[in-house]
Amino acid sequence: MRTFDYKRADDAHSAVNAHSGQAAAYLAGGTTLIDLVKLDVMQPERLVDINRLAYDAIETTAEGGLRIGAMVRNTALADDDRVRRDYTVLSEALLQGASRQLRNRATTAGNVMQRVRCSYFRDGVSPCNKRVPGSGCSAIEGHNREVFAVLGTSDHCIAAHPSDMCVAMAAIGATVHVTGPSGDRTVDFLDFHKLPGDTPHIEHELGEDELITQVSLDAPIDGSGSTYIKLRDRSSYQFALASCAAVVALDGDRITAARLALGGVGTKPWRAADAEAALVGQPATREAFKQAAATAMQGATPYKHNAFKIPLARKAIVRALTDAAARARGDTT
Amino acid sequence: MDSNNAPTDVAISLRVNGTLRKLDVPPNVVLLDALRERIGLTGTKKGCDHGQCGACTVLINGQAVNSCLALAVVHDGDDITTVEGLARDGELSPLQQAFLDHDAYQCGYCTPGQLTSATELLNNDSVGSSDADVAEAMSGNICRCGAYKNIRAAIQQARGNPGLNQS
Repeated sequence: MRTFDYKRADDAHSAVNAHSGQAAAYLAGGTTLIDLVKLDVMQPERLVDINRLAYDAIETTAEGGLRIGAMVRNTALADDDRVRRDYTVLSEALLQGASRQLRNRATTAGNVMQRVRCSYFRDGVSPCNKRVPGSGCSAIEGHNREVFAVLGTSDHCIAAHPSDMCVAMAAIGATVHVTGPSGDRTVDFLDFHKLPGDTPHIEHELGEDELITQVSLDAPIDGSGSTYIKLRDRSSYQFALASCAAVVALDGDRITAARLALGGVGTKPWRAADAEAALVGQPATREAFKQAAATAMQGATPYKHNAFKIPLARKAIVRALTDAAARARGDTT
Repeated sequence: MDSNNAPTDVAISLRVNGTLRKLDVPPNVVLLDALRERIGLTGTKKGCDHGQCGACTVLINGQAVNSCLALAVVHDGDDITTVEGLARDGELSPLQQAFLDHDAYQCGYCTPGQLTSATELLNNDSVGSSDADVAEAMSGNICRCGAYKNIRAAIQQARGNPGLNQS
């Protein structure tokens, strides 16, 4: 592994200062960063260790949601009683991501910041607009099956966003809290990750030296049920081919609120707002769910090896809505 | 980077299997290499070196972690348990004994990682008691010999669960 300078930060202010003016990277759990430094895909000259920052709590907000510290580990977040009860979809998404060892180290902020799994990005040599802007995209005409998107792609990049946690957060509704050289600010979770467009190397809304401190979740929808369905090549420790986070609230059998987000198929955590709008007021039937699934995947672009993801995602959506609605009814599933 | 501006070593202390170890390490040394090359505890194995296989799993403050993706400097002051620390006073831990009883290995290369990962599960109620729960919790430990069935049975024995598929 290449050499780098190391600074351990005690608070956010000293972290931002240590990061500033350097080719630096913030080091949280390191499960993506150290991997990519070993592969020489990321080449920081300084790592700023933020593991001792006091953003390690999960607090209830005045609005009835939760504020999650940037350094809360994925295992701790998934096992939190409030998350399991009020944000089942988030707990389930976390527990279906990576392996137990990785979840024990991976942090909330690090998961938001994780990089794509595209083999051409990770190999360090193939043309890749994300790694070397302007060098071309090897995936569009290459092997583009497992970790490649069908929604939000461009002529410059088709890598899928790899996170499960972020898909659940996109469905729940969340806010990213950020600090940096010019103070604190917040970014709506749905605006945080960027579409690749013609600048796939710009992946998120963070400015120079900015640091995520917390992610807050919107209050849970009263009486809703939620779930995360992840379809993949093997049943554990694998990235999604297609996944769906669904939150459904019912009045009798009529849908009063629906939240739908997709993973494995989008270049960012993909909120399916049109499908949600079409569900509200409908009866919670398989027909309505199939219609929503069709709406959600309407604009999808298939590539040579991943066209199967479009019907697969539709199935994930129907299944997730069915299960979430059953939970909203109080069925024990 | 040339030697003129090579990062300086960082003095750290690790409590490894109950013994305090003080060492000076460059920032880019991962815990796996610090344990094997500097402390001489070679029980922990290097497999993929990218967090995919689990052979390098150790316990850090009681939690299973891929030591290949953990910089040693980050763990200054932490409590590390490697496979060498599982036996006490020459007595195998109940989990190690269960691995023997169930022949839960073939070549044995992944075994240190399997044992440390499973040790975290022994007193952990957040992981359910079914064979499927154990398989899910252990999915970060790959066994290329395919001894999974016996590994699962050994863990179930050590956790005091009968399991559905006793071998």
